[in-house]
Amino acid sequence: MTRTIVVDPVTRIEGHAKISIFLDEAGEVSDARFHVVEYRGFEKFCEGRPFTEMAGITARICGICPVSHLLASAKTGDKILAVKIPPAADKLRRMMNLAQLTQSHALSFFHLSSPDFLLGWDSDPATRNVFGLIAANPDLARAGIRLRQFGQTVIEKLGARKIHAAWTVPGGVRSPLSEDGRQWILDRLPESFATVSLALDLFKDMLDKALKGEIDIFGQFPTLYMALVNSKGEWEHYDGHLRFTDSHGNIVADGLSEDDYSQFIGEAVEPWSYLKFPYYQPLGYPDGIYRVGPLARLNVCDRIGTDAADQELQELRDLAGGVPTSSFLYHYARLIEILACLEKLQILVDDPDVLSSRCRAQGGVNHLDAVGVSEAPRGTLFHHYQVDENGLIQKVNLIIATGQNNLAMNKTVAQIAKHYIHGPEIPEGLLNRVEAGIRCFDPCLSCSTHAAGQMPLHLQLVAADGQILDEVRR
Amino acid sequence: MSVNTLKIDGQDIAVEEGATILQAAREAKIPIPTLCYLEGVSPAAACRMCLVEVKGSPKLLPACHTAALEGMEVSTNTPKLQSFRRMNMELLFAEGNHVCAVCVANGNCELQDLAIRVGMDHSRFAYRFPDRKVDMSHPQFGIDHNRCILCTRCVRVCDEIEGAHVWDVAQRGEHCFIVSGMNQPWGKVDACTSCGKCVDACPTGAIFRKGSTIGEKERDREKLSFLVTAREKQQWTR
Ligand code: SF4
Ligand code: SF4
Repeated sequence: MTRTIVVDPVTRIEGHAKISIFLDEAGEVSDARFHVVEYRGFEKFCEGRPFTEMAGITARICGICPVSHLLASAKTGDKILAVKIPPAADKLRRMMNLAQLTQSHALSFFHLSSPDFLLGWDSDPATRNVFGLIAANPDLARAGIRLRQFGQTVIEKLGARKIHAAWTVPGGVRSPLSEDGRQWILDRLPESFATVSLALDLFKDMLDKALKGEIDIFGQFPTLYMALVNSKGEWEHYDGHLRFTDSHGNIVADGLSEDDYSQFIGEAVEPWSYLKFPYYQPLGYPDGIYRVGPLARLNVCDRIGTDAADQELQELRDLAGGVPTSSFLYHYARLIEILACLEKLQILVDDPDVLSSRCRAQGGVNHLDAVGVSEAPRGTLFHHYQVDENGLIQKVNLIIATGQNNLAMNKTVAQIAKHYIHGPEIPEGLLNRVEAGIRCFDPCLSCSTHAAGQMPLHLQLVAADGQILDEVRR
Repeated sequence: MSVNTLKIDGQDIAVEEGATILQAAREAKIPIPTLCYLEGVSPAAACRMCLVEVKGSPKLLPACHTAALEGMEVSTNTPKLQSFRRMNMELLFAEGNHVCAVCVANGNCELQDLAIRVGMDHSRFAYRFPDRKVDMSHPQFGIDHNRCILCTRCVRVCDEIEGAHVWDVAQRGEHCFIVSGMNQPWGKVDACTSCGKCVDACPTGAIFRKGSTIGEKERDREKLSFLVTAREKQQWTR
């Protein structure tokens, strides 16, 4: 008899989703699906609004990475104004994005994912969370919380608020960094460096031992990768051009402009999920599966461009024996990216430009169609606006990082389920592994469906005829 | 010049003949909330926030538009008035589309300030979500009708101070809206001198400078009464 197992809701991710696992006649996993069951329709209610409001509106899509939307929206706005923003604004926006990547990655690693690694997959779900972590390893938990706070505070020092700072505007930013803010960042950087190297050592040690098996099971498969790189082919988070590479490290496409995204990214729709399925158009759907985010950024770039992070990147590549293709290594990539962000912040904070008040260019409505791109913590984020000659929004399209990982998340869930599930018995720790497969991508469903909420867990086991045989909720 | 004496909230007050209850109260430092009232232009009594109780009158009367008469006994802050003002405020919010979080006036909005002052923490009335337009056709300014509370300050400053009379109120009841020219896009109205007085006058984020983003609206309200004083009394106070 074939059955379906549904995990609903999935926990410790941002948003609401469920997982269905389909069993065949023999009780073996035939397929798995990651359903996103929320819908918000942000794109619709932006219509008719002045484009200058878009940063503020789209930042409300998410309280986790509003900065990414602020940046992508401001960059789209720059293009509508047809201005080149002042160098100070470019550097200040970069600082904010680096801070954002740091805080978001710290949240993903320390608060959401490390309880699995450190307390064990099969430990009691009631304590398998950040509070359990605090009890078991208070120093690490405290360091992680402070690292996130560091990123949040840098955002606040720049934009006057932690969340939804309306500081990035079309044409630049509203104000420079203050001397006090600069000093605060300088004072706190050493501690942040220490935390990330502590976490890197710990995680690398576990990859050698306790977590060795996970690398092969948690989403280990070839796909394309997409991310921004700079003109030297180095790691990039704010500007530059798009590049696709494959799992052998070959460059599939390079020098792509976000303006042409619709020519290389297709968006498929499936009836069972509100989350669209973007794919690399030249390869079609679903063969054009690609991954974005921390691991993709590291795979796509030739090098990072800062010493310590480049050393770590080399270690990761050595460990994988080439291009790391396991989704489990997203966690590793996040830590390396935090290190890269801190190194780049260190360089920027010493740059006198970030204190310059020449940070906002003015302009009228000069382009009616514009696409902005930036690298959000979870991957490449596109904003596409069409405006009328007065700058009122006619049409909006947002392509969100988590959506682009949708195909890979489904594949990861299927791979984990196939490995662990044989027959109708589903132990709790196993559910947790399935969820953890999703958490590798640190998906933010609030953004990707432009939907809100918190993610509980619901798992269903369904027969070949569609009948639900078993259900687990928590 | 004759003087009238009256009681406001139990306090004896003497004012020049012709003064309104609002002027009398302000002279005596008795606060009465106002929204459509604007120093320097004629009163409109449109917002109904300044309503007061006058002994012997069955109706609540707008302080901005009611003469202070000899022997009047006025109450400005009774429980009835408090509950009335709060309800009035809720209706103002329910009538338009106010998304403060993304508004140019957020943090610098008289409607917001007054809502806080009268203790409005939510609306008991269902929001109407009317379908209203944004006009960005003017080269320097924009008007977002979603945030307009029909206070007519823009109408009055443009007519009485600038003398251009670009603005008017069109339609009736719930269909009322502020029109520019003969219901043309603002940018097409030749009469507009682009002086920006309506931006300074507007209590909300309805009229704003183009390019302003969230919370960036600034206004120079005092400039309006300065101009009137300069013109009428030949006194340049700044
Ligand atoms: S006009 Fe005032 S009350 Fe209305 S949305 Fe703007 S800030 Fe809020
Ligand atoms: S546009 Fe502003 S000043 Fe004019 S009526 Fe509306 S709220 Fe009042």
